[in-house]
Amino acid sequence: MSLLAISDLSVTRRGRSILRDVSLTIDAGEVVGLIGGNGAGKTTLMRAALGLIGFDGRSSLADMPLRVRAKQAAWLPQARELAWPVDVQTVVTLGRIPHLAAGQRPTQADQAAVDTALHEMGLDAMRHRTVTRLSGGEQARVLIARTLAQGTPLVMADEPIAGLDPGHQISTMKIFAGMAKQGKSALVSLHDLGLAARHCTRLVLLGEGRIVADGPPQSVLSTDNLRRHFAITAHFEHTPHGPIFQPLEVLE
Amino acid sequence: MRRLALILIALVVVLFVAALLLGPADTDPWQSLVALITREESLLGLVMYEIRLPRALLAVMIGASLGLSGAAMQGYLRNPLADPGLIGVSASAALGAVLAIQTGLAAAFALGLPLSALAGALVGVLLVLALAGPRGSSLTLILAGIVVSSLAAALTSLVLNLSPNPFAANEIVFWMMGSLADRSMVHVGLALPFMVMGWLLLGGVGRGLDALTLGEDAAEAMGINLMVLRLMVVIGTAAVVGASTAVAGVIGFVGLVVPHILRPFVGARPSALLWSSALGGAAMLLAADITVRLVLPSKDLKLGVLTAIIGAPLFLHLIHKVRKMSV
Repeated sequence: MSLLAISDLSVTRRGRSILRDVSLTIDAGEVVGLIGGNGAGKTTLMRAALGLIGFDGRSSLADMPLRVRAKQAAWLPQARELAWPVDVQTVVTLGRIPHLAAGQRPTQADQAAVDTALHEMGLDAMRHRTVTRLSGGEQARVLIARTLAQGTPLVMADEPIAGLDPGHQISTMKIFAGMAKQGKSALVSLHDLGLAARHCTRLVLLGEGRIVADGPPQSVLSTDNLRRHFAITAHFEHTPHGPIFQPLEVLE
Repeated sequence: MRRLALILIALVVVLFVAALLLGPADTDPWQSLVALITREESLLGLVMYEIRLPRALLAVMIGASLGLSGAAMQGYLRNPLADPGLIGVSASAALGAVLAIQTGLAAAFALGLPLSALAGALVGVLLVLALAGPRGSSLTLILAGIVVSSLAAALTSLVLNLSPNPFAANEIVFWMMGSLADRSMVHVGLALPFMVMGWLLLGGVGRGLDALTLGEDAAEAMGINLMVLRLMVVIGTAAVVGASTAVAGVIGFVGLVVPHILRPFVGARPSALLWSSALGGAAMLLAADITVRLVLPSKDLKLGVLTAIIGAPLFLHLIHKVRKMSV
C-alpha cells in the first residue's frame, strides 16, 4: 500500500508556476531523497502534498481530515521555530498531540514513544535543558525527535540534517533507514548529495518545476543530470564501503 | 505545577476575603462575614452584599479574564509583548461607553453604559475579523487590531473634542481610567455570561497554543485547525475583554504583565500559562483594588491608573532581566 500518492500536482503562486504536473508515489519501506537546486520547488512540493498550501491535482494526504493526516504523516519544516523557552522533553512530547483526545494527558505509550525518540536522537542527557538555550544543531535534533515521536508511517522532513555535525548527519540518515526497515517511509529533502547517495533507497530530482529524474541514486545522479540541474561535475564510485559521491567542479 | 496552582488559589482566596473585609465602613471582620453568608437584613448585610461582594467578585472575574486572555494572546501570536487590548476590543468597548455617556444614554437607565460598551466591543471584534480574515498569519490580526484600536481611540477623542458639556467630558475621562467602585450585582450578572463563554473558548485553546510553539506549519501538520484556533482566541478574548471594559472601564497592564511573571514558573508551556495567568490575574487585580482603597481612600484613586503605575516599572524590571539573560 502506498503511503503517499500525488498525481498531476501543480502549484501556482502570485501568477508564477512553481510546480507543474508532478506525480509521485511513495511505498512502504523507502527512504526517498528529494534533491534539486535552490528554488527548484522541494519545500513547495512537500507542503502541497500535505495540503498546507493550495494546489491543483490530487494528493492522498491532503484529502484526509486534519487529525487523520496527522497520524499518517509527520512534517518537519525547514524553519526551526521554537517560540518559548520550554524544555526538550516538552517539545518532543508535542509530537504526541495527534494521538491524544481532547483534554487527555499523555499515556505510558506516549511517554515510551517520546523516550525512544529522545534516545534515537541522542538527547537522553538533554531532556530537561531549555530548547532556546541549545545550539542550532541541537535544536534541529530536538525537532527531528519531535517528528519521530509522532509515530507516523510517513515522515516528511525539509532539510533535516542541515546544520548537524557529521556524526549526527549520518546517524539521522540511519534512523530514516531504520524506519524503512520497519515498513515506514521517509521523504527527505537534501542538499548533501553524498549522504543522499549513501542512505537513500531512491532519489527524486526536481528541476524547473517538474520531476526530471526518479529512481535509484546511481541512475538519478548521472553525469548528464548533474550537469543540467546542478551545473557540477562529480566523482561517483561503488566501493567496499558503499557508494561514494563527491561533487568536484562548477561548470561554467 | 500543582504547588503553583495551590499557591495561586490560596493567594486569590486570601485576597478575596481581604477585599470583602476592607472598606470605609469600619466593621468587625467576623460579623461582616456572618452577615454576608446569612444575608442578614441589616445595614452591615447590605454593605457586604450590595457593595463589597460585587466589587470583590468583579475583581476576580476581570482579573482572571485579563490574565487568561493575555496568556492566550501571547501564545497565539507567539510574542511575549502581546496584550488582550491588541485586537482593539477594549478601545471599541470604551468608545461605546463614551458614546453612552455623551448621548445621555448612560444617565437614562442603569445598564445604558455597559450595554453600549458591549455593543462597541461586538462591532470592534466583527471589524477585526472582517479585516484580518479567517486565515492568514498572525501579522494580519495585529495589523487589523491596530486599525480598529486607533480608529476607536480617534473617535473617542473626537467625542471629547466636540463635547459641549464639560461635565460629560469629565465623566468620560474618569470612566476611561477604569474602576470597580460602586458596581452592583447587576454588573456582575451582566458580565458573567460573556465571561463564562470567553473562559470556555480560551480554556479550549491550550493544546493548539502548545503546538504553535513549533510554528504555524508544524502545528497544522499536527492536526491543529488554525482557523478554528484563531476564531476561538479572538472571540474568546473579545468576550472577556469586552465584558470587562463594559463594567469596569479600561484596565491595562494586567494581561501583559501577569503571563510574563508566571511564564518561568510553568516551564513556559502556553497551555499551563492559561490557567495560571487566570489565577494570577485575579490575585493581581484583587491586590490592586485593595491598594486603591488603602492608599487614598478619600480620593477615589482609579484602578486602571494604579495598574499602569505598578505595571510599567514591573515591566521594566522584566525587560532588564531578559536583557541580562541574553548577554
